[in-house]
Amino acid sequence: MSSQAGNPWFSWDYIRENTDTLLAALREHILLTVASVAIAALIAIPLSILAYRKNWLTGPILATAGTLYTIPSLALFAFLAPFTGLNPGTVLIGLVLYALLVILRGSLTGLRTVPAEIREVASGMGYGKLAMLWRVELPLALPSIMTGLRIATVSTVALLTVGEIVGFGGFGNLIIGGFRNNFYRAQIMTATLACVALALVLDALLALTGRALMPWTRRRSQ
Amino acid sequence: MSVIQDAFIWLNDPLNWTLPDGIIARTREHLWITLLAVALACAVGWPIGVLLGHYGRGGAALVTLANVSRAVPTVALLTIFPLTAIGFGERAIVLALAVFAVPPLLANAYLGIREVDPQVKEAALGMGLSGRQLLTRVELPLAVPYLASGFRTAAVQVIATATLAAFVNGGGLGMIISRGFGLGLASGGGQVLAGGLIVAVLCLIAEGLLALGERAVTPRHLRAPGRMSEGRASMTM
Repeated sequence: MSSQAGNPWFSWDYIRENTDTLLAALREHILLTVASVAIAALIAIPLSILAYRKNWLTGPILATAGTLYTIPSLALFAFLAPFTGLNPGTVLIGLVLYALLVILRGSLTGLRTVPAEIREVASGMGYGKLAMLWRVELPLALPSIMTGLRIATVSTVALLTVGEIVGFGGFGNLIIGGFRNNFYRAQIMTATLACVALALVLDALLALTGRALMPWTRRRSQ
Repeated sequence: MSVIQDAFIWLNDPLNWTLPDGIIARTREHLWITLLAVALACAVGWPIGVLLGHYGRGGAALVTLANVSRAVPTVALLTIFPLTAIGFGERAIVLALAVFAVPPLLANAYLGIREVDPQVKEAALGMGLSGRQLLTRVELPLAVPYLASGFRTAAVQVIATATLAAFVNGGGLGMIISRGFGLGLASGGGQVLAGGLIVAVLCLIAEGLLALGERAVTPRHLRAPGRMSEGRASMTM
């Protein structure tokens, strides 16, 4: 079983015979990643605006998020699973918590680096708080928000593999399953490459979205 | 509620602490694996980062390395390495964990050297220091806060990811969690929860101690009070 010839690292036969399994893993991986990052963004961006507006909240919010981030993924799933069960929800909650900090930090950094003069000019031009946020502060923070989203997405794709412990790890199920199933190299390698490729593709898609949303950054770089 | 009670009952059983695969032995394994991986990563990451910083080369490559390493799942290397020439056992696990610790060490070492004020370097060269003296007497001492910050990020990351060694039966505290899951949540739920608690406490203690260490080696005027606590280079995980 351990001989190189009988157990190659890559095999088209494996891919051909297990197309359905691989596609199911891909589907699970994409769904859980997109859902986690989307939910995390919906919580983190408003939270960052709150922390930006109420200065005294910044410390506690970042400290709480930082503490959560220190806890290893396996331990977090261990905290959740006895209460939430062996289901995708457990993985989702865990991944949202991790993505939250990354997006929060990116967004807060972006908002904080808006120059005071620009805010002064905007308020001098009659912008209210909401208009200033929507038309001045958020657009200027957008590059930093996008960076946070990209890092969160790539990390989530990789981290999701740990979800195998509760049975929902996307490609992680195949990587660890392959190891347990007589060290099935082709399965481990195919799932690993697919996982890395998925992370890079999602990252590229977000980068393109960022370019489309922020034409001014494109002009500057030319 | 009963799961929480089960967890406390599990933690209260002295045998769960003292058996050969009990908490004490697992903690020792966990810390040993962590120590080896961090030492190896420092031995590789620091010299390369410092030299790249000194000669001002490779910044873009470091960003790429950090981004790509983020995309590689830890469990992938943990399962792949034992099946290569490295072979099964501690060595494969230490290597896999070290790979992920190199980017933050490398990035912070590079950044620490690059961030040295050019005027300070000019003054040092003007005083007749050679390139090597500039590195060892000016750049390295000034980069210490960055090195410490990278060390903290890398060490906390390794102590956290060492938990995943349990996926390949590689020892460490993650074994308590994975064995608990193996028993099924109905009977192993308490052990799962207890294992999670122990791992979390260990990581938080490590983070706290390393933060104190980082503070201790950072000169007072370089400490930024409101700084976000996640490494100086923004390329960390």
